[in-house]
Amino acid sequence: MTGLAALGAGLAAVGAGIGIGQIGGKAMEGIARQPEATGDIRTNMIIAAALIEGAALFAIVASLLV
Amino acid sequence: MIHTKFKFFVSVLFIALASFVATPLVNAQGHGDNHNHKGHKHPHNHSGQNHDHKGHGKSNAAHAGNNHGDSHDHPEDGEFDVTGMIMHHLADANEFHVLGDFSIPLPCILYNRDKGKFDMFLSSKFEHGHKTHNGYKLDHGRVKTVDGSNFIDFSITKNVFTMLLASLILCLIFFSVAGAYKRREGQAPKGLQGFLEPLIVFIREDVAKANIGPKYEKFTPYLLTVFFFILICNLLGLIPFFPGSANVTGNIAVTFVLSVFTFLMINLNGNKDYWKHIFWMPGLPIALKPILAVLEFIGIFTKPFALMIRLFANISGGHIIILSLVSLIFIFGKMGTSLAGAAGGIAIAVPFVLFMNVIELFVAFLQAYIFTMLSALFIGLAVEEHDHDHAHAH
Repeated sequence: MTGLAALGAGLAAVGAGIGIGQIGGKAMEGIARQPEATGDIRTNMIIAAALIEGAALFAIVASLLV
Repeated sequence: MIHTKFKFFVSVLFIALASFVATPLVNAQGHGDNHNHKGHKHPHNHSGQNHDHKGHGKSNAAHAGNNHGDSHDHPEDGEFDVTGMIMHHLADANEFHVLGDFSIPLPCILYNRDKGKFDMFLSSKFEHGHKTHNGYKLDHGRVKTVDGSNFIDFSITKNVFTMLLASLILCLIFFSVAGAYKRREGQAPKGLQGFLEPLIVFIREDVAKANIGPKYEKFTPYLLTVFFFILICNLLGLIPFFPGSANVTGNIAVTFVLSVFTFLMINLNGNKDYWKHIFWMPGLPIALKPILAVLEFIGIFTKPFALMIRLFANISGGHIIILSLVSLIFIFGKMGTSLAGAAGGIAIAVPFVLFMNVIELFVAFLQAYIFTMLSALFIGLAVEEHDHDHAHAH
């Protein structure tokens, strides 16, 4: 049954991948529309990515507990 | 000038001392003597119950990270025990394992509560768990009493040593930078001062002032301290040899203490608007207010809890990945029996490990920044002055 824990962790990674992928994509679009705002967009993208990663890591920690 | 230097010194000292206080927590992880979840002999014992998610999550995750031998299969002879090796590197220990059989022992400082006895000795007396000393034994890397009596563990372990080292490094760096500012008043910064000035100004301007607003000066020493402390501890954890190899910020007790600091900073400085918005928020029908009050009350605890888990999991996860990639070499080389396999392992693993180490360097900075920024954000939310008109909806 501990294989399920690894499966759960993998699903969490998928979730994080989707989330950060979305953020990255929208950030690219934003930079393409207004290249002067690259610095601001980059900062906010990194912050959002770290928060999403935090959520995914909750799931990793939960699967480690099993 | 003296005032800020003094405040900074006090902050660093506070963190070092509080880390010292955290050592009973750190060292009590995984005590299997009493078989409830809250296996730590913390003096203010919430016996059997933790009323907030934070404490519960901490003790469980602590157990998971450190009680490894029970749930994992033991490897066959000759196979490389990946899990054991990784856990050995992640967990705290009473000695610095340098190379093969050579370890640098660290002092054990123990207080036996039942007998009222205070003991200090080097952990080499345990001889890696083969001998007992003064009624203490080393069991799976944890100090335990032979007769099961209650004791508090103040030992200088790997993590405590590294935290004290980080505090020392911080004091050295920042006292010299502060002195340089005093000496070179009005001149352009030079050397270490010039190197750190962009970082410090960045934290002060874009993190503290931007998030907290006009009252930022009160909180800047704390934010700077927490940023540089987490950064130095992360970087020390990336160095693979003594004095650096300890996994400090990947230890959930340490991140727990740091998030408790943020929790205290937020709630001791919350003004009336802040508490009003939590318990009796304006702009809602009265029937909804108690429900949301409960949710907001839980939210007071979940935000620092998220800070704790985020830092712990990011740093631990990074260490696990690097160690797993390194153990690829040993798996391919089948524990030294196959040289060609080991060479193949090296060819695969070394580029990946280099790549992961670069990413972990980035993560070290990023996680320190995220912790500081979110702390500043929450503090800012707690101290901001609304200009209230009762028609505003939230």
